[in-house]
Amino acid sequence: MGIAELLLTGLAIMFAIGLWSVFFHAGANRIRATYGAIALACLFLLLPGIGYIIAAPGTVSIVLPLGLPDVGMRLRLDFLSAFFLVVVNLGGAVSSLYAMGYGVHEARPGRVLPFVAAFVAAMNLVILADDAFTFLLAWEMMSLTSWALVMSSREKEAERAGLVYFVMASFSGIMLLFAFGLLAGAGGGYGFEQIRLAPPSGPVATGVLVLVLLGAGSKAGLFPLHVWLPLAHPAAPSHVSALMSAVMTKVAVYGAIRILFDLIGPAMVWWWAIPVLAIAGITTLMGVLYALMQHDLKRLLAYHTVENIGIIFIGLGLAMAFHANGQTAGAALAMGAALLHVFNHSLFKSLLFLGSGAVLHATGERDIDRLGGLIHNMPRTAFFFLVGSAAISALPPLNGFVSEWLTFQSVLASSQLPQMSLKFLIPVTGVMLALAAALAAACFVKAFGVTFLGRPRSDMAGKARETDRFSLVAMGLLATLCLLVGIFPGQAVQALHPVVGFLVGGGLPTEAVTPAVPLSLTPFADGRSSYNGMIIFVFLLVSASFTAWFVHRFASRTTRRTDSWDCGHPEDNPLAQYTAASFSQPIRRVFGANVFSAREQVDMPPPGDNRPARFAVSMDDPAWKYIFTPLSTLVTWVSRRVNVLQQLTIRRYLTLVFFWVVGLLIVVALWN
Amino acid sequence: MLPASLDLLDVTYFLSGSVLVSSFILLYQTRLFGILNAFALQSIILSLAVAWQAMVQQAPHLYVTAVIAFLMKGIFVPLVLRRIVRVLNIHRAVETVVSINLTLLGGIGLTILSIMVVFPIARAADVLVREDLAFALSIILLGMLMMITRRNAVSQVVGFMAMENGLVLAATGARGMPLVVEVSVAFSILIAFFVFGIFIFRIRERFDTIDVDDLSAHRGDAR
Repeated sequence: MGIAELLLTGLAIMFAIGLWSVFFHAGANRIRATYGAIALACLFLLLPGIGYIIAAPGTVSIVLPLGLPDVGMRLRLDFLSAFFLVVVNLGGAVSSLYAMGYGVHEARPGRVLPFVAAFVAAMNLVILADDAFTFLLAWEMMSLTSWALVMSSREKEAERAGLVYFVMASFSGIMLLFAFGLLAGAGGGYGFEQIRLAPPSGPVATGVLVLVLLGAGSKAGLFPLHVWLPLAHPAAPSHVSALMSAVMTKVAVYGAIRILFDLIGPAMVWWWAIPVLAIAGITTLMGVLYALMQHDLKRLLAYHTVENIGIIFIGLGLAMAFHANGQTAGAALAMGAALLHVFNHSLFKSLLFLGSGAVLHATGERDIDRLGGLIHNMPRTAFFFLVGSAAISALPPLNGFVSEWLTFQSVLASSQLPQMSLKFLIPVTGVMLALAAALAAACFVKAFGVTFLGRPRSDMAGKARETDRFSLVAMGLLATLCLLVGIFPGQAVQALHPVVGFLVGGGLPTEAVTPAVPLSLTPFADGRSSYNGMIIFVFLLVSASFTAWFVHRFASRTTRRTDSWDCGHPEDNPLAQYTAASFSQPIRRVFGANVFSAREQVDMPPPGDNRPARFAVSMDDPAWKYIFTPLSTLVTWVSRRVNVLQQLTIRRYLTLVFFWVVGLLIVVALWN
Repeated sequence: MLPASLDLLDVTYFLSGSVLVSSFILLYQTRLFGILNAFALQSIILSLAVAWQAMVQQAPHLYVTAVIAFLMKGIFVPLVLRRIVRVLNIHRAVETVVSINLTLLGGIGLTILSIMVVFPIARAADVLVREDLAFALSIILLGMLMMITRRNAVSQVVGFMAMENGLVLAATGARGMPLVVEVSVAFSILIAFFVFGIFIFRIRERFDTIDVDDLSAHRGDAR
């Protein structure tokens, strides 16, 4: 079977599973078999992706006799789509594997199963699309199926999430529709091949940039269009949250890269990097600040997706700056960093969402202030969650560090750019990135510490059980991949070489340099900066083992009696422990007062009154307060005014039409 | 083919101009029977104009259009409407919204507007086509004016059919309009006519009036 047949078979199986599971979903074994089949179908699409990148057989084009007359449905596999095929289907396969255990407990599997298959298939179709019609069709299908998944839960919260998501998804679809309209031009060439032959330039190209930032940006979660994301991602079942957060946002990134770097490509102007970098920097910082204020585990993870999308877009913005100035080496470095972070984030964000799903299933709680001590009952889940937390906090030797380090390297290389404004803006963005990375680490110390360490804060947390085997295998697989990419960064970057070359016309400078130490990653010259994950890994392993041995060997075995401060546990009540809110209080005091206008209110009853004292914190979401609430007020106001028009008599409607026509005719007459 | 004594332009002008004049006659009527007669007159002149075009353009299918116009709109529709009026016993004065004189003034304004719109646009086109289009547009606008200045449902139906007459005039004036298009337009108008007719009876049956403004009191929504 050739690559084209494999791809089509995978897509066909996926859609067939979707249809099949509409009718047959009862019974644990059937659910398990269906998810297994989805995972298998993902492999059909994953293998061509990997194979294409390794063997580079040249572009594969398929024309299906579907879709618009004359246009048909055109699919194409090139390096960019092959890379994203790997991201999507790896995520799809692993979360389906996880769902073989987790999905069995689903309350209403009939509301989830068909849409999962269709959702994954739609994402694959977006990536393979080679004309605007197929792209938009698949894009809308992806939005609709994921919306159905968000709405699959019966919770009140899911309804609001679904509404907000629906509005934002329609918005993003319309923006992309306009973007493709501008790209196709008056001639209406909607095939990507035709657009590549005649890319727009000047103000039209700038219009496309704005529309793509709005359309793909709202899907990916750029500030302030991210508002749907922390509502919708947590509302879905956890394996779907993983798919949405780790994979679907990447499909949006794919859309931005495809349009900006591939379709417009040569018409790129250097100052485009300014809005992209500014928005990306703000998104990164705001995402992590939002996350710090959260104590809903899944929502916290969703806000971290916002942060990481910001990091990816910083890489893309840098790549634009270098690419437009013809500095291939810098562009390749920044693009490589962005793509690697796409891959890495899909790994550790899936891992973390799957872990939070295991916790949710074991305890029924998403509020981390009601969890605690889970490491005793769920040691394996806790370990995998820790690996994911370390990876997302960019700690070496895991994969998150590699891509953020590469992003920093390209920030440092920005001094070679000729434009003064970029020379100032990029270091500022770098500072924001550094601050965000540090805050992310703080946030995950909070998330992991409060959830898994200490003592249980609720009965359910105390009675938790370790999750099932399928889930553990899926999480273990992701954790292993996080570690492997972290300790073999050179190989990972090497694998990305053809993709980066396809986009910016040059490889990473790494190729030219033979590092002095094997397995090192050296973006520039050997002496300037290099990173070796393996050395750090071995060092950490050795020093940790030595410390453990030392402590156990030489620690005093005599029993001690203690009281008074009691190792920090003077109270028996587990509620006296440090909570998530207490942990983030210093950061809330530093940033929250300005960004979220956080207010702390202490209600202290006078002596003699025996009601409890209360301490309350209230915060405003700036995106809602300054943008979306006024906007929705405006829409309500306008529609109330216009509502009068729906209450007219027949004759008045006719009169309205008549005067409208006459008015238009007068305009035409005057025009001539 | 052509009778040599007749000037081609003169006859075309005369016929399509007559359709326009009959539109004004239609607008001037205050009684329902008068309106129906004027409409029948307009449709018959229209069918003559179409037949003339068929001869000039040597397009036999236009004869079919002319016959359809003559039979349907010249005879059948006025007769049915006449029967409706008689059965419902409403052959009294038509309630107009604005005075007849004002309506006529507005009609003259609309005619001037159509000429001003069409002439510059169709400058490159045939003189015949240009005049024809201007007349057709003013007939359409006059039909619309008729619909909005009368309260009675029957006269609104007539206004609607008068608009369609304008469309037919425009379609036949332009060369190369296929018969299928005309037939389908005529057919949809016929359907609309039946729907209107049934509705007029139903409205009357239910609410004891066919003044469309009285219907608004019966709508479910709050005012």
